[in-house]
Amino acid sequence: MSKNVQTLDEVTVMFAGDSGDGMQLVGTEMANTSAIVGNDIGTFPDFPAEIRAPQGTLAGVSGYQLHFGNYDLHTPGDECDTLVAMNPAALKTNLKKLKSNGILIVDTANFQARDLLLAKYASNPLEDYSLEKYQLFPVNITGLTREALKETGLDTKSIDKCKNFFSLGIIFWLYNRPLNYTINILETKFAKKPQIAKANILALKGGYAYCEATEAFRVSFDVKPAKLTPGTYRSITGNTATALGLVAAAVKSGKEVFLGSYPITPASEILHELSKFKNYGVKTFQAEDEIAAICSAIGASFAGKIGVTTTSGPGLALKTEAVGLAIATELPLVVVDVQRAGPSTGLPTKTEQSDLLFAVYGRNADSPLPVIAASSPSDCFNAVYEAVQIAVKFMTPVICLTDGYLANGSEPWKIPKVEELKPIEINFRTEPEGFFPYQRNPETLARDWAIPGNPGTEHRIGGIERENITGNISYDSDNHQVMTNLRFEKIEKVASFYPKTEIFGKEKGELLVISWGGTYGSIHTAMEKCLKKGLSVSHVHLRYINPLPNDLAGIIKNFRQVLVPELNNGQLIKVIRDKYLVDAKGFNKVKGLPFTSGELEAKFIEMIGG
Amino acid sequence: MSAVENKPLTKKDFESDQDVRWCPGCGDYAILSQVQKMMPVLGNTRENTVFVSGIGCSSRFPYYLNTYGFHTIHGRAPAFAIGIKAANPNLDVWIATGDGDALSIGGNHFIHLMRRNPNIKVLLFNNRIYGLTKGQYSPTSEHGKVTKSSPFGSIEEPFNPTSLALGANASFVARAVDRDTKHLSSVIEAAAKHKGTAFVEIYQNCIIFNDGAFTPYTEKETKLENCLYLEHGKPMVFGQNSDKGIKLDGTVPKVVSLTDGKNSLEDLIVHDQFSEDQTLANLITHLSDNKDFPVPVGVFRSISRPCYEDQLVEQMESAKALKGTGDLQKLFNQGDTWEVK
Repeated sequence: MSKNVQTLDEVTVMFAGDSGDGMQLVGTEMANTSAIVGNDIGTFPDFPAEIRAPQGTLAGVSGYQLHFGNYDLHTPGDECDTLVAMNPAALKTNLKKLKSNGILIVDTANFQARDLLLAKYASNPLEDYSLEKYQLFPVNITGLTREALKETGLDTKSIDKCKNFFSLGIIFWLYNRPLNYTINILETKFAKKPQIAKANILALKGGYAYCEATEAFRVSFDVKPAKLTPGTYRSITGNTATALGLVAAAVKSGKEVFLGSYPITPASEILHELSKFKNYGVKTFQAEDEIAAICSAIGASFAGKIGVTTTSGPGLALKTEAVGLAIATELPLVVVDVQRAGPSTGLPTKTEQSDLLFAVYGRNADSPLPVIAASSPSDCFNAVYEAVQIAVKFMTPVICLTDGYLANGSEPWKIPKVEELKPIEINFRTEPEGFFPYQRNPETLARDWAIPGNPGTEHRIGGIERENITGNISYDSDNHQVMTNLRFEKIEKVASFYPKTEIFGKEKGELLVISWGGTYGSIHTAMEKCLKKGLSVSHVHLRYINPLPNDLAGIIKNFRQVLVPELNNGQLIKVIRDKYLVDAKGFNKVKGLPFTSGELEAKFIEMIGG
Repeated sequence: MSAVENKPLTKKDFESDQDVRWCPGCGDYAILSQVQKMMPVLGNTRENTVFVSGIGCSSRFPYYLNTYGFHTIHGRAPAFAIGIKAANPNLDVWIATGDGDALSIGGNHFIHLMRRNPNIKVLLFNNRIYGLTKGQYSPTSEHGKVTKSSPFGSIEEPFNPTSLALGANASFVARAVDRDTKHLSSVIEAAAKHKGTAFVEIYQNCIIFNDGAFTPYTEKETKLENCLYLEHGKPMVFGQNSDKGIKLDGTVPKVVSLTDGKNSLEDLIVHDQFSEDQTLANLITHLSDNKDFPVPVGVFRSISRPCYEDQLVEQMESAKALKGTGDLQKLFNQGDTWEVK
């Protein structure tokens, strides 16, 4: 019988299992294969902070959600079409995400009394008719994997580790994906352990063959390539994009990047990535703590490098005194804050955008600095590149906000041509004649950058208030007023170099949605739906949080209502209200999860009384 | 380059135009003067020298040297310094710090600096008191010390800075006293010539809040009785008339007389600052913990260990040799890519 293939525009699939089940791995493989065959993708890995939480428990569930489609996608999908649940805990945690009549594939081997107890099920959901509104496919994935791999000579424990690839084989058959990319990856990854590579490939093929042989699914599906802007693409996560953005800044400026960093979830991958790029002139330093990390980066900036530090909220808290020093000494520095849910340790692996007020205001005294935010995984590249540009142009620390959702999520990235990247110009002051450390460029108010090693420009800088121009220690009260004003004016000047603020939708109307950071995808998707319906909603997504764009005041005036959706308890809204005296309304969620486009669309419609 | 610029540098060339603002009579003046004097002797240039400091009286040091200088934040000078050194290994990087700065708020950075061993010189001005905050006990104040924040006497055991440095495997450990300027210069010179992190504890008198703390080690009449001047390859002799020495009784050091006929120079411990083994250096650092012993000054230990920045540069060079100088476009296109037409 020939395969019955139905074509779809978009699909959302989720793999869920124990944190040791390898769900992130197979999810990534499905995402990469979908991207390579030309779909647009959006992914959402969701996992616990513990490396291996107790097996079979609700706390230990790790999920990987993937959205792929034949058009320009912006989210990892609101609801799932297909859910793979490797055990009862994974089923219980994620079933609410599965659409009615969605495909539910479960590994029946793991639905024993003990598994059910761990997942706090009173009765077996596979038998009590509670799953009737879904298309349930009970498959003994563990048993079939053991059967498929019995000739490999591996022990049962090793064989059971391959069951994730059996489930991937099922999904590949169901969505008509080619196996060869994953096979290549396995062969490369386990080049030194060919037996393991072979076992995983057997499991993958086993899952695929099982569907073919049993005709378990009457229909399979296909999603045609998306019509994306022509170019060369790759799949990229936010943290990798951040790392590449920094390397690009090093190459384009002709200066070395120095990264001082201390491991912290969810920012560590940036340190891992950059540590590999020694041949690109990237120096990395794993410091003894968050404070040493930023201090070493400021030291490197003083010595003429592009100083960078990467962290998450709790780390930024430790770094604040040093950020103040970089403001006072007017040295360039990039601080990447991969935000996570808090306060304190909070939810290290869950996303939130709740460091905005901290980034803008969280320091002692009057200490302004530019704050910019990335809006999607691949946009982390542009955001951090721009952070470097601002830092060196204005001689200031810049905080670049990303978040856990962007850091771990992936999407196709249209690879830029190196020669098309904007240049980053750095001119050290070398001429000793007439040199003063706090002499400024009148256009930007940036001070001259003279570095150790250059004869004749020897100077001392530090945290004590300094005299304007000479930089000598000064306790003079009038001078302090002058310097405070200069530090403020310099940062305000950054805004005069921004491009025009883009408005999605009409320039005038009923409702203006103002947002920032990682919520872009879901808000944009909700906006597309509203605009299709002809609703009077427009959207501005801010790259620049501080200073805000000069043209934003005029844009706001053209709307009757302003809504600020944020994954926090209301932060950008405070800045907007303060700056523009507008009665903006908030829409807030702090569940460690991104917005769904559905809940946003409903809110927009409610606001305009639709 | 003009003939004028070729003139050899002098102490004056290393003096900045800023007024020095330490209290009159502060021990810091003597240290500053010796450092300014030693810079040209050591062949250092103004442009390649960077002084880094944290917070405290001692940390004003960089402002008074006509070199590059960075007065940073409390306790963190080692972290800034390692960033500077890693960024440009050709620079001569010096840290000026105090007992509160290095051992209290900056204790963590201090030990990690010693362990990593970048080629950075550390001058720790130990006055056993908080000066700039006006007289609280410090991590090196002695037990029982009465200060503003310990009116009933400090109930804390002090750190022994040389012992702490050695515990973190410092490759160079030394001690000097502010008023013994000749000896101080020789120790600074040895530190400067050491390749690796050189730690120098300098006993420094705070004339306002802890005056006289080191009098036994500075006054002509008492210093020879109370100090053990370490010299490599020489037996450990001290005393006004070089009449006492230190010998080992089993594994325990002991003060012996050289005049009572029971012991001679041959019985004394011979100092070996280059010993790879830490035992002797350890023994020396702990002598100052015991009132029965003289306080050792001079170079305790000076061994060769790979420097942080050398290994960093070596890794970068070998990465370039192995992979070639990075091609950014290739890096962007790494992994699976696909074309959209």
